[in-house]
Amino acid sequence: MCPRNSLPSATECKLLTAKLSAANLTLIRGERCLFEGLDFALDNGGLLLLEGRNGCGKTSLMRAIAGMLSLETGEIHWNGVPVLQQRQTFHGELVWLAHRTGLKWDLTMVENLKFERSLRRQSDRDPEEVYAKLGIERLKRLPLRSLSAGQQRRVALARMLLADVPLWLMDEPFTNLDREGRKLVMELVEDHLGADGMCVMAAHQDVEIDAPVTKIRMQ
Amino acid sequence: MTDAHKEQPSIFSGLAATARRDLLLAWKRPGDVLNPLFFFAMVCTLFPLAVGPSAEQLEFSGPGVLWVAALLATLLSLNSLFGSDFEDGSLDQLLVSPQPLPVLALGKTAAHWLTSGLPLVLVSPILAITYRMPMSVVGVMMLTLTLGTITLSLLGSIGAALTVGLHRGTALLSLLILPLAMPVLLLGANTVSLAAGNDVYTTGIWALGAYAIASLSLAPYATAAALRISNE
Amino acid sequence: MWKFFHQLASPPHFYRLAAVLSPWLAAPGIALIAYGVYAGLFLAPMDYQQGDAFRIIYVHVPSAYLSMMAYMIMAVSGGIGLIWRIKLSHAVAAAAAPLGAAFTFLALATGSIWGRPMWGTWWEWGDPRLTSELILLFLYFGYMALRAAIDDTAKADKASAVLALVGVVNVVIVHYSVEWWSSLHQGQTLMKKGGPAMDPAMLYPLLAMILGFTLLFGSLLLRRVRTEVLFRERRTRWVREMILSPEGS
Repeated sequence: MCPRNSLPSATECKLLTAKLSAANLTLIRGERCLFEGLDFALDNGGLLLLEGRNGCGKTSLMRAIAGMLSLETGEIHWNGVPVLQQRQTFHGELVWLAHRTGLKWDLTMVENLKFERSLRRQSDRDPEEVYAKLGIERLKRLPLRSLSAGQQRRVALARMLLADVPLWLMDEPFTNLDREGRKLVMELVEDHLGADGMCVMAAHQDVEIDAPVTKIRMQ
Repeated sequence: MTDAHKEQPSIFSGLAATARRDLLLAWKRPGDVLNPLFFFAMVCTLFPLAVGPSAEQLEFSGPGVLWVAALLATLLSLNSLFGSDFEDGSLDQLLVSPQPLPVLALGKTAAHWLTSGLPLVLVSPILAITYRMPMSVVGVMMLTLTLGTITLSLLGSIGAALTVGLHRGTALLSLLILPLAMPVLLLGANTVSLAAGNDVYTTGIWALGAYAIASLSLAPYATAAALRISNE
Repeated sequence: MWKFFHQLASPPHFYRLAAVLSPWLAAPGIALIAYGVYAGLFLAPMDYQQGDAFRIIYVHVPSAYLSMMAYMIMAVSGGIGLIWRIKLSHAVAAAAAPLGAAFTFLALATGSIWGRPMWGTWWEWGDPRLTSELILLFLYFGYMALRAAIDDTAKADKASAVLALVGVVNVVIVHYSVEWWSSLHQGQTLMKKGGPAMDPAMLYPLLAMILGFTLLFGSLLLRRVRTEVLFRERRTRWVREMILSPEGS
């Protein structure tokens, strides 16, 4: 499980046996060091919560986890294998709910979701049920530009629910959502974690989720 | 939760889906396709206005003018290749998709060619006739433009990927792509000139074809690498 | 062996090594150039066809050769930096670009000056080598513009490395296509390859100039890489310590 030449320390080995783990992450952007010597480990059913004010590197850490940034030091492992060595496999195991939804404004909700379906393995959930749960079942044929920011957010959530993946990366998932929407997101995450899923969430609000939570407080 | 037996969609599904989505977007926003075409027609109009309408001169400069105009029109359309995807975050989603990125980049480039290169090829005969190009040469010109614009789209996708997200990326993109595009222009325009002069022109066609195949097999990898770097 | 490379790639080590090496390249380089200039201008016989005008090749040929060599250095070190993530390698690429562009410009300028008495014009589009060289200058401009446009150094390094690698493939295509093109238009190339063998009295100064230019280029490159390394490592401890230490630089 420990793909290194030198013998890893006990803590390192513990980190490596987790499903998603990272050791000694350092990221420097331009002149600023966003984080240094960061470790974490996440297992099935667990939530990793990234806390801190805006601009403290939450999104950068999220992008690093998704394998999109090259780190100064350290590696992120999925199933004990560095993410960058199995980028494609790893990307098949995650969905990223980013700050920008990544949905096309000129396309309808169904067209947007259909595109996603051709790229990523889909779950057995019935799409209609998911739409109903998110309260967007009547927006299917509308171009996304005519939807409110909150409704677009819900479409992005539908994309996440319909994918068959264990790992959810959620960057500020509560943006543009009302109180009811926020509650819904927390419920969805709880269900996902209850079904042995995993979630990494960056949030500057309080999160009430009933699951084993690991917190990373970023400076 | 994960069903190990279920496979990810095939790469052909990913290739087709990216191409289809961009074609659908172009269909919903026809301006993006039409503007470079109008630009192409207008540049072709500029030359007779500037150098005079003498038939001899037009016949002589026709292949070159058409090719330069086609090159500039392609450049104009390149900016939107990854620009809008970058702005709305769908480029990030492509970068974390389980599909190989070169394949997705190829899908996008294919859609770009279908919505920029192909229309140019189809419109070029009308403009060629105003330059008094004989019909036998028009066919050769269309063939060179077909092969050439494929190469230009592919080379352009590398430049577009390198400059995506940069301020004032448009001017920079031209600066990066034009030197790379010069051999295409040189081969294309001179092949048409040879055909117009009843010379042997097949060398140019073969060279353009080879260039197109070489860029088809290499450019998607460079584009994918550039996209990853630009989005770090 | 590996240890040697590893050590070489460490910025402080390289910084010191380059300082030692640079004058040792510059001194013989300048001596060779001095000999080349003297021998080229006064000892070499006049060309029976071109008269004294041919003597500009003593600057033109080394510059043209270095313009391509610098591009290769840029692309190869960029590629090494991209694959093995060696930062020093990117610094070499960054330092080589303006030098290469300068030599390309020199090759173009001397070529054009030579063209004036030979062709009766300052610029002859029909000459394939001048045209290729001009496209090479544009490639350099694109490379430097891309570097300048990206604020983050690490990102600029990688993006420009990709561009340089694409450019190398393109340089080959440019070369052949321009050659084909000029053959169509009866290019009046006077500097043919495989022509009559050069008189040794003409050849030796040329070889001296090529070698001298290369050494000088190497020395300048080392100096530029030193500056580049210093700028890139300005936040690190070794740079601060070095600057604060009594010996200074």
